[in-house]
Amino acid sequence: MNYLPNIIFAIALILGIGYFAKNVQKLIRNIKLGQPKDVSDNKSQRWKNMAMIALGQSKMVKRPIAGFLHVVVYVGFVIINIEVLEIIIDGLFGTHRIGLSILPESVYGFLIGSFEILAALVFITVVVFWVRRNIIKLRRFMSAEMKGWPKNDGNFILYFEMVLMALFLIMNATDTTFQNIASGNIVSQFIAPLFSGASEGTLHIIERSAWWLHILGILVFLNYLYFSKHLHILLAFPNTYYGKLTPKGQFDNNDAVTKEVKLMMDPDADPFAAPAETEEEEIPAKFGASDVQDLSWLNLLNAYTCTECGRCTSECPANLTGKKLSPRKIMMDTRDRLEEVGKNIDANKGVFVDDGKQLLNDYITKEELWACTSCNACVEACPISIDPLNIIMEMRRYLVMEESAAPMELNNMMTNVENNGAPWPYNQMDRLNWKDE
Amino acid sequence: MSEQLIVPTMAEMMAEGKTPDILFWVGSAGSYDDRAKKITKAFVKILNKAEVNFAVLGTEESSTGDVAKRAGNEFLFQMQAFMNIELLNAYEVKRIVTCDPHSFNCLKNEYPGLGGNYDVVHHTQFIKELINTGKIKISSNTFNNKRITFHDPCYLGRANSEYEAPRDVLNTLNATLIEMKRSKSTALCCGAGGAQMFKEPEKGDKDVNELRTEDALKTNPNIIATGCPYCMTMMSDGVKVKEKENEIQVLDVAELIAQAQGL
Repeated sequence: MNYLPNIIFAIALILGIGYFAKNVQKLIRNIKLGQPKDVSDNKSQRWKNMAMIALGQSKMVKRPIAGFLHVVVYVGFVIINIEVLEIIIDGLFGTHRIGLSILPESVYGFLIGSFEILAALVFITVVVFWVRRNIIKLRRFMSAEMKGWPKNDGNFILYFEMVLMALFLIMNATDTTFQNIASGNIVSQFIAPLFSGASEGTLHIIERSAWWLHILGILVFLNYLYFSKHLHILLAFPNTYYGKLTPKGQFDNNDAVTKEVKLMMDPDADPFAAPAETEEEEIPAKFGASDVQDLSWLNLLNAYTCTECGRCTSECPANLTGKKLSPRKIMMDTRDRLEEVGKNIDANKGVFVDDGKQLLNDYITKEELWACTSCNACVEACPISIDPLNIIMEMRRYLVMEESAAPMELNNMMTNVENNGAPWPYNQMDRLNWKDE
Repeated sequence: MSEQLIVPTMAEMMAEGKTPDILFWVGSAGSYDDRAKKITKAFVKILNKAEVNFAVLGTEESSTGDVAKRAGNEFLFQMQAFMNIELLNAYEVKRIVTCDPHSFNCLKNEYPGLGGNYDVVHHTQFIKELINTGKIKISSNTFNNKRITFHDPCYLGRANSEYEAPRDVLNTLNATLIEMKRSKSTALCCGAGGAQMFKEPEKGDKDVNELRTEDALKTNPNIIATGCPYCMTMMSDGVKVKEKENEIQVLDVAELIAQAQGL
């Protein structure tokens, strides 16, 4: 019976990590539903970007207050997780504070002391985050797309973190042996007096409960990630690695279109000729994107990475002037639709069965797509290299090239470009008239 | 009226067996839009004064296709691009300057993938080069004590990270340069990009150019400077909406430099 806690711990650990791994597989499968996109170039620059932007939080601090607060939680989260290592060893082998028997007391005290300070800082910061969302009600957290689940999700994460940090500190405060060492209890020594009336036995029960709830909480939180915007804590790294390296103004030239245009412009091309044996490449089903499978896998990774901070939307000229377009909503819609498609595949034994829905119209409306000025403010604002503009452009391509569904004025403009090489109906022969006017 | 502009075409140059150092890509707005034509002429005056060996394509020039691409019509864009590239390569063009950041971005970034490789510069970069090499000198005090605020065109600034060239040029004017709260990488779009220039805006609270003009007005400027024919239209309209057209001028960097040189 002595090994019961160890066995329960091991089972909890395996279940927690196993379920998470299963969801990670699903995540990867869903991302791979996207079209191929080659990002194998320029590895050194990519590593550098990841180090600067994700690890170094360089774009987070562009907004100093939110940036500073985020760095506190980020550093706290990463460093406090070292403590989880000790918890796992203790849990599996039935030891208690294995660190104390391995490390010199002063070193152990220093480590735990640092964790305690960080835990307290994270707790305070998370409370400030909560206040920003729920009391101050910052504009970017109040947009139309932030009602319901996204709002709750944001708060759940904060509650999770508050509880986990509190449990860590309570666990230390009620650990009488640890308190008696009087090294490393920098914060918990002030919490310990709260429990001064309790008996040794009660303290032990509280300490054990806090310990168990802390580690189980971490496992639950780990599994919450897949369903939450909080996934960014993992995906920010690959996302910044694969982020765009070319100038922001450079949009992809669609290769499939290039082939067709070349054929069209080649005077020697025989339009009725049978396709050459050698290039038996299949013609893409469609130009542009009307659903998530038409987007690139990178667009889909972007969607899962988005943490809905709304910096993009708060810089978007269309959104700032009351239009429906919100770059954040573009990312959220893409993820929601991708999840729907993924569930469809799960329910139909690995094959997607047409559900009569698509990203276009059912999630993202034409009105949103046509409001974009392609100014790249959203791309610039994103702290983790997400590119909402690319999705908007791919969907415009679908609207124009597959459905001829551009607004009337744009159709007129394009007819002019086609007929007289300018967006206005002026004669090309008058192009140099300005010289003599 | 003013002295005759010297604007040789590539065809004329070629017929005379001459090769220009740089091609001036005028762009559709610069060729047809009444306000933008003034920018074109101001820039040509600068080129003439600095005795730059340049040429234009004239009636052989055609839309870069940029606006079609942003609207989603990749077919039309590539048709235009291949046509233009064929022409540019036939003339063995090496270097291109343009007053339109949209043409600049398209020629510089999107043409290479289709076989058009040129050294492309924006006119503010080229003017900066002319100043640095002593080809033009700004000595007049035309803009002394004037307050100028520069509106970054998206396709020059964020799209291509060029924030300094226009400012360096403006700094030669002895004027006071005041930045808007949203400037450089966080500059607000004028509202014309992404083919918006050619359509009515979607329903909203206000037009983007009005909001951007408010940004500019907060700096209490005498002059709003920009470097894009579309920004020019949007900002000029914005100033009119705010009924400030009698107090505030909207001018392109090229126009300011031409005026400072007494051209």
